[in-house]
Amino acid sequence: MKIPETDEKYQGKINETDLGRGYVAGGADGMPFLSSENTGKRRVMIAGEVVDDLSDYPELAAAMFDGRQRDPVEWARMWMSLGMDMICLRLKGTDPDKGKRTPKEAADLVKNVIDAVPLPVIVFGCGTPDTDREVMREISAAVKDTRLILAKADEDDYKTISSAAIAGGHNVIAFSNLDVNLAKQMNIILTDFGVDRNNVLMDPLMAPLGMGLDYSYSVNERIRLAALSGDKMLQIPMICDATGAWDVGDAVSDDDGLGSAVSRVTWWETITAMAAMTSGADIIIMRGPAAADMVLGYAEELRCG
Amino acid sequence: MMPTAIEFFKLLPKTNCKDCGQPTCLAFAMLLANQKAKMDDCPHVSRESKDAMESTTAPPVRTVAVGNVNMGGETVLHRHERRFINPTAYAVTISDRCDIPERIDAVKKLSFERVGTVFDVDMVSVRCDSGDAGVFIKAVNAVMGSWDRPFILECGAGILKEVIKEAAHRRPLLYCAVHENAGEMIAIAKDNSCPLVLRDTDMERLADLAAAAAAAGVNDIVLDTGSANLKECIERHTVVRRSAIRKRFKQFGYPLMNRVGSGEYAVAMAVMSTMKYGSLVIFDDLKNYEALPLFTLRQNIYTDPQVPIQVKQGLYPIGEPDGHSPIFFTTNFSLTYFTVRADIEKSKIPVWLQIVDTEGLSVLTAYSAGKFSAEHVAESLNASGVLTRSDGIVVIPGLVARMSAKLHELLGRDVIIGTTESRDIPKFLRELK
Ligand code: SF4
Repeated sequence: MKIPETDEKYQGKINETDLGRGYVAGGADGMPFLSSENTGKRRVMIAGEVVDDLSDYPELAAAMFDGRQRDPVEWARMWMSLGMDMICLRLKGTDPDKGKRTPKEAADLVKNVIDAVPLPVIVFGCGTPDTDREVMREISAAVKDTRLILAKADEDDYKTISSAAIAGGHNVIAFSNLDVNLAKQMNIILTDFGVDRNNVLMDPLMAPLGMGLDYSYSVNERIRLAALSGDKMLQIPMICDATGAWDVGDAVSDDDGLGSAVSRVTWWETITAMAAMTSGADIIIMRGPAAADMVLGYAEELRCG
Repeated sequence: MMPTAIEFFKLLPKTNCKDCGQPTCLAFAMLLANQKAKMDDCPHVSRESKDAMESTTAPPVRTVAVGNVNMGGETVLHRHERRFINPTAYAVTISDRCDIPERIDAVKKLSFERVGTVFDVDMVSVRCDSGDAGVFIKAVNAVMGSWDRPFILECGAGILKEVIKEAAHRRPLLYCAVHENAGEMIAIAKDNSCPLVLRDTDMERLADLAAAAAAAGVNDIVLDTGSANLKECIERHTVVRRSAIRKRFKQFGYPLMNRVGSGEYAVAMAVMSTMKYGSLVIFDDLKNYEALPLFTLRQNIYTDPQVPIQVKQGLYPIGEPDGHSPIFFTTNFSLTYFTVRADIEKSKIPVWLQIVDTEGLSVLTAYSAGKFSAEHVAESLNASGVLTRSDGIVVIPGLVARMSAKLHELLGRDVIIGTTESRDIPKFLRELK
């Protein structure tokens, strides 16, 4: 018997944002992975995480990189050889408490990574606002002819990073904390400040599995549904960070009854990423190489078209 | 959704004959809309009207019970609209060729506790691999003797006919009717009042199967779209569920399931099924390191989106705290609890963590709502006995530093203001030492 026609005809379409280096994110005009209504043929993109200081980096993860994690450039090359689309470079070493890397050295490191791999690079500071402002300014001034993705602008602190992005022709990540209205608000704040809408990615905070994933899943879905229904200020590609899975006690604990921690955390991060992309993420940041490889494979299989 | 009085009125004879005890048909329609009367109270209502009414008032997805496991019953497509009702059930396979007691033991061991909730395997699927009715019957009896939860019988119609006599009293789920054996399988389900899985990879043929089963009087149906990969799973499940909820397409108004194997891809399929409308996943096998994250996903997806999950008020030792370890406290909003807990664990310094019941509100919200006052905190610290177990300093969440003087006075011991951000706790603890 005939079955009903259930495809949705949405008004809206997610912006196609140029990430530089020949990569573009976004373009969906239907809900994720439904080929009959979503003509956006782009696969969800995976960014491999690289950090320049390992003092807070989990040993369990470090062990998976076989020494290459000690050199950010080598590490980035490894991600590329694993087939990842982007590099996510966290400049933890610029933290004044760790006191090693000056803004100038940080900018040099970014340049070295760019020279080593032809992929788009997301750059995070260390999380200390004063330092991050200086670092972003320096990097933006030093890297002129390659478009970077600078992270991240939040409600309290967006001017310096936005100015740096505008000056250097870079993209900027608009961060908001698990709330559809705040996510929209951030996109408005940035565009009002003068950042081109085509240069914004949004991060609505991906809470990991078992630590609020349910909130993120629904916030993402609501953002995507609103965007498709025509809300221009939410038609921005979504980036989700799945590495929070490594902070979940049950994912990494030593407990024989729960099975191998390596396998468990790999699933923890993979499921976090699968929930992110099923609810609307266009780009996912991953830490574990095994998890990243699985998620890349699933993303390839799920792409529309 | 309940129809309005006008919608009911349209279906009535409109003769105002008063046989229902109401002065007019409209008055009766208003009672119907308020669920104070039944359609049957009007002796003149037509068969067609009754049918029309049934199909609009029936829930879009039927709830199918297999033992104590309910499947389906969903009314929405997205979990933010209303809570998903019946969580995905997970089953593992017991082959009639294996050592049954040993296998049942292994299945029972797949059990974990997480935030006060016990997770374990919901069902087993007894599968005929031997091709021998005698062997299968023995296996099914052995399972029934040591497994009191629901189970599934997985075999062809010929063997099922023989084994069902022994098992029908437990109402197992029968797996499965396909195009070729549909008549026989539907008859067995009907004769033994057992729920039945219908399986087809072609959605139109699956609808035909559902129509045939319903026509034969079998309504406890579970649909298997035969999805072989993630893409088929999300696409077919979406078509089925949207048809049921948006289009009221009766043939798809049933729970969905997936039959997967074991290992990485099977778990990925279960993840997709859990997020996208699956009510049951049958595995060949499931490992403990796969089960815990999967069960956790199910818990997350099936949480009420309106009510934040809460942790129980109480004392949570982290590491092995002693008589001098610092005492932290925070709210019982689970996201807060997990975050704080994870950050304390990161420091590797033992801490007593007191959870205060704030009705699931986060620190600042609870404080401004008066549910996280110094008095309330002092009360719970006293009640848990932590103050007698440790003479350590009490650490106040940075966001509610304002309560410090009051809390110091109430407790009569040193307090210190902790960090505003949970992620700064490790550094704070290292410096506290
Ligand atoms: S019995 Fe039926 S037809 Fe008669 S008044 Fe009541 S509703 Fe109307």
